[in-house]
Amino acid sequence: MNPLTLSWKNQKDRPLQMLLTLLLFGLGVGLIALLISLNTQLDEKFKNNLAGIDLVIGAKGSPLQMILSSMYHIDAPTGNISINEVKPFLNPKHPLIKLAVPLSLGDSYKTFRIIGTTHEYVDSIFRGTVASGKRWEDLYEVTIGANVANKTNLKIGDQFHSSHGFTDDGINTHDHGDGFKVVGILNKTNTVLDQLILTNTQSVWAVHDHEAEEKQAPAEAVAADDHDHDQDHASEAAGQEDHAGHDHSGHDHADHEGHDHDTHDHADHQAAGPVMKPLIEYPDKDITTLLILYRNRTSYQTLSMPRNINENTDLQAASPAIEMNRLFSMMGVGTDALRNLALIIVIVSGLSIFISLFSSLKDRKYELALMRVMGASRSYLFFLIILEGLLFAILGYLLGLLLSHGGMALLSGYLEEAYQYEFSGWRFFKEELWLLGGSLGIGFVAALIPAFQAYRTDISETLTTY
Amino acid sequence: MLRTQQLEYTYPGNKTITFPDIQCEKGSQWLLLGQSGTGKTTLLHLLGGIRKPQKGKVYVADQELNTLSSTALDQFRGKNIGIVFQQSYFVQALTVGENLQLAQTLAGHSADSDRIKDLLSRLNIGNKIHDRTNRLSQGEQQRVAIARALVNSPGLILADEPTSALDDENCKEVIDLLETQAKEEGATLVIVTHDSRLKAFFDHKIILQ
Repeated sequence: MNPLTLSWKNQKDRPLQMLLTLLLFGLGVGLIALLISLNTQLDEKFKNNLAGIDLVIGAKGSPLQMILSSMYHIDAPTGNISINEVKPFLNPKHPLIKLAVPLSLGDSYKTFRIIGTTHEYVDSIFRGTVASGKRWEDLYEVTIGANVANKTNLKIGDQFHSSHGFTDDGINTHDHGDGFKVVGILNKTNTVLDQLILTNTQSVWAVHDHEAEEKQAPAEAVAADDHDHDQDHASEAAGQEDHAGHDHSGHDHADHEGHDHDTHDHADHQAAGPVMKPLIEYPDKDITTLLILYRNRTSYQTLSMPRNINENTDLQAASPAIEMNRLFSMMGVGTDALRNLALIIVIVSGLSIFISLFSSLKDRKYELALMRVMGASRSYLFFLIILEGLLFAILGYLLGLLLSHGGMALLSGYLEEAYQYEFSGWRFFKEELWLLGGSLGIGFVAALIPAFQAYRTDISETLTTY
Repeated sequence: MLRTQQLEYTYPGNKTITFPDIQCEKGSQWLLLGQSGTGKTTLLHLLGGIRKPQKGKVYVADQELNTLSSTALDQFRGKNIGIVFQQSYFVQALTVGENLQLAQTLAGHSADSDRIKDLLSRLNIGNKIHDRTNRLSQGEQQRVAIARALVNSPGLILADEPTSALDDENCKEVIDLLETQAKEEGATLVIVTHDSRLKAFFDHKIILQ
């Protein structure tokens, strides 16, 4: 009978005590491992999605909200900006800007956001490639991310109607004409690109212009109808004031107030050739944000550009890296608190291992003396008790991993919805090895005093006291 | 096989007991009789190397116990001395068979389940091999204790009041078993007792005053 079997049988003989200790230990370890997994994966995803973007320009509001909405596609946008305002940045010969990619947000399909942008968003920023089909060209053509294809079962050639806003409540569906048509599916990039439906900016405008016309035509005289539309916006914004005026509100109002059934939308419909005109040709139209890549990140002019924009224009410029660092340092307080709580649980469970061994030793003092009589040395007993402590630690650690990875697997569905990323419960981290080391350390320390007590067992003394 | 010289033990309260010299041949069977307070259990512990005497020497199989290191003494005891205690102690978490196996491995032997089965059936408790020890009756427990003392075929078997908790019938049976099994194994048997029922069974007696 080897010592390991013996210590296992000794513990198994006290199942309730063992269960309690293991649960406590497993809970502590599990919480720490879950935090590690969550932090690492979030950090990774956020870093992947920085994708070299130096600056985001959009409407005034919360800079963090703007970054979250246009880079990570989590929050609602801060509002829209007119192309006229950002014209200088769209100039390909801008001395500081290497690339400016426009984004137009506002619609979604089954919670997947529809983004009006240019091909550079895929090619230059995320380095995405087309898995099948092609990239969007014509009006209403869309190319969809890998996860969108997986989750919605959209295939090339399929058509769908978008919903206004980012929730899938079925109320705000645009039910005009044929809707969007899938022309391509992208390869997986492990970035937010996988979760997006991409089309050109003109398509996003067209959907809303179209809708505005339909709404306007029968109810031209009834202003309330249009108010409804605006209220829809407001309710989608879920209390976010910044959002209230978001999305083409400017030109909708203009259209409405002026009773100006603009004609160039129709022109778009008909004239939409294989190549869209550059955005710069639509100065009165809106986009949501511009993603900027600098030519030279360290030049003086580049460094002062965000401040110049913020101080001298109605636009807002924010650096994703700075905003995300700010966010992480804010979240850090919460994770620190959780981590400390987990540490306390682990320490208490270490204490519970100690108490469990110590009290079991009282019941087992005759056993230990007997084992000495049968030939066990003092150090054998010491080793045996240490082994029991380590056994608790290893089993507790395994239980903890099971809890954390199982928990992460369960959480991943919810997290994917909240953060637009896939999380895996079955990824393992090198920090978990450190955690194993720490667990064994706690098991060892907790067993030390009981083991020393076992070491000192006086056979004769023990066997003559009843 | 077993020999003592001028053995003396002083208790913490400064009470000193001097034991008569003992010399037991290999295979002989002895009864150590004495009233309580005469140091019977102390003597047994001294003979078994569980306790160290302040004076005198104990030889088991020509090995002087006092000269061994603690670990060497534990090993020597496990291999050469089988002890049956007044109360039957077992490792609670283990079955009868596992307790015997533990005795084998702790003494440095490999586990021999045939030996265990054979021994248990000779003691008429072969069917208890997979039972927990706390499920056994007093008599059965004492038999398992005897089996454990015998399992490593030691040259010396010491028994401390093995019958005091047993009724007449069980008492006779246990003594019979101890006698016959010790004989069969060729082991020297020393029983320490105040139980006068046993006087009739043994020729060699030492009376402690």
